[in-house]
Amino acid sequence: MSAGPANDILLDVRKLVKYFPITKGFIVQRQVGAVKAVDGVSFAIRRGETLGLVGESGSGKTTTGRVILRLMEPTSGEVFFEGRNLFKITKEELRKLRRDMQIIFQDPYSSLNPRMTVGDIIGEPLEIHNLARGKEKVRRVQELLEVVGLSPHHTNRYPHEFSGGQRQRIGIARALAVNPKLIICDEPVSALDVSIQAQVLNLLEELQKEFGLTYLFIAHDLSVVKHISDRIAVMYLGKIVEIATADELFSNPQHPYTEALLSAVPIPHPGFRRDRIILPGDVPSPVNPPSGCRFHTRCLYARESCSINEQDLVDYWGNGHTVACEVQPFRQQRSKAAVLKQPTA
Amino acid sequence: MTDLRQGASGAVLAASLAARPEVGGEGYWQIAWRRFKKHRVAIVGASVILLFMATAVFAPFLTRYEFDQIDLYRRKAVPSFSHPLGTDELGHDVFTRLLYAGRISLTVGFTAALTAAVLGTLVGGISGFYGRWLDNVLMRVTDVMFSIPALPVLIVLARYMGGSVLGIVLVLSVFAWMGTARLVRGDMLRLRTQDFADAARALGASDARILFRHLVPNALAPVLVAGTLTVGGAILSEAGLSFLGIGIQPPTPSWGNMLQNAQDFIWTTPWLAVWPGAMIFLTVLSFNFLGDGLRDALDPRLKV
Repeated sequence: MSAGPANDILLDVRKLVKYFPITKGFIVQRQVGAVKAVDGVSFAIRRGETLGLVGESGSGKTTTGRVILRLMEPTSGEVFFEGRNLFKITKEELRKLRRDMQIIFQDPYSSLNPRMTVGDIIGEPLEIHNLARGKEKVRRVQELLEVVGLSPHHTNRYPHEFSGGQRQRIGIARALAVNPKLIICDEPVSALDVSIQAQVLNLLEELQKEFGLTYLFIAHDLSVVKHISDRIAVMYLGKIVEIATADELFSNPQHPYTEALLSAVPIPHPGFRRDRIILPGDVPSPVNPPSGCRFHTRCLYARESCSINEQDLVDYWGNGHTVACEVQPFRQQRSKAAVLKQPTA
Repeated sequence: MTDLRQGASGAVLAASLAARPEVGGEGYWQIAWRRFKKHRVAIVGASVILLFMATAVFAPFLTRYEFDQIDLYRRKAVPSFSHPLGTDELGHDVFTRLLYAGRISLTVGFTAALTAAVLGTLVGGISGFYGRWLDNVLMRVTDVMFSIPALPVLIVLARYMGGSVLGIVLVLSVFAWMGTARLVRGDMLRLRTQDFADAARALGASDARILFRHLVPNALAPVLVAGTLTVGGAILSEAGLSFLGIGIQPPTPSWGNMLQNAQDFIWTTPWLAVWPGAMIFLTVLSFNFLGDGLRDALDPRLKV
């Protein structure tokens, strides 16, 4: 317990590593390599905060979320939830602790059991944790349906009778049923129409205010993340390259990868244009990631030392804006490429 | 005018909403049933099976004779009013024996198929769910079972366990579960990666709960189809074993041992072979039709 972090920190992730072994062989399997999906990720989330986790496909965002919830076993590292190391507690303790941590999934189709009614789906957590039974359970399910903006009459319906947005609301109601403290939102709006995205995002924000929730919000859509996050962490090939408050990250990106990522966000105004930074090449394979800074193969500012020195997140300015780059923060004239030519107020 | 009409339709809408406040949904099995009802051949098959089951269950009410009642004065009698399907070489009423044989043959078919389905679902479910070495071990056992020539082993096993209904059921199910196990394992591999399995785990559900509440119900459709076809297969196998004289032993009648009995008199009293043969034929055909209809009704492309 003494290793536990300060009290207002709800979730503290330290040097989290998840490798997926690649095996060969028919009966006797031997390991021939590993996909380094998450390779030493550290961050902390304060109570009531929303931390956005962005990165392109294959950067390890989703794996990070699943390992934190122990839906996958970690390779190494530590995760403290309210000061307790999730990887060191017993099965029974973990089962009880699951009430406090929930997840909302990306795919509203595969996240709901097609053979169960909405009432059974939302009622299941109540059953598992003995929170309510019989009439009380029915009442609680109807209440939860109302909270997420669905009709309480829908309890006896099946998931296939709902639209994607409605299904996502059912998934949210299921997560809320146990009164969690932390919800990991794994790209909760990526599969939805743009018009529905806004509704679900607003719902998530309202719920956060009402129930004092803390979110780890995983997404690849930067405009969505900016809208909902207090702070944002940027991931590239299994590592976090930059963490800053949402405003700071968007106005003053330090890592060259963040810069390139931000330059790709479309501006919803016909009059404004910005210079895109087009990164050369593709994302390298996580089976055999580049040495040193993993971004050096595509970086516009890479020096020779970048392929040798591994980069850790460093808070150069003492304001909580940390970046894993030894070149960019010291450039006198920063490239303005990622910044809007004409800032919108 | 227009306002009035709108007001009226608004009132109608409100009334119709009030009339059905509780909305009940149509589940997977309800939808499948609706589709199944449209499959005419399968309905015929199901009707024949239900009819045979009913005649087997209500056999004592449908005939005046006991199945082991002998009438030595009327042996090998041709069909008549008192013996609608004739009598055999000991003067048993064939119609009566046919009804009671249905009890045995259908019981053997259903229980063997059910046992095989449960066993196959368990093995396949555990294999696909836990994966790794356990999957390897269970699937190799399945392969081995598939590679053993069933008939000689069945004959030997039936010699020691046969004669009784329970023995035959056990012997038949031991060689009937592997197909189901493979089916279920394949489905498990797909289902366990679905988010709803992770959601249940994140909620603190136990392995057993995830397996039997979430995954198995989603894998049951092919098991049902395979199980239905297995019933027909088991009835055939029982008939085969009984025909070889190592299945159900007389005087307990089964369609198989009635056939075996009839082979000595095939030229003098052919109906002794025709009736049980027809029953086996019709029953197995009906189960195949039923299985076919279920396969169509439970089409996996039916996305719900």
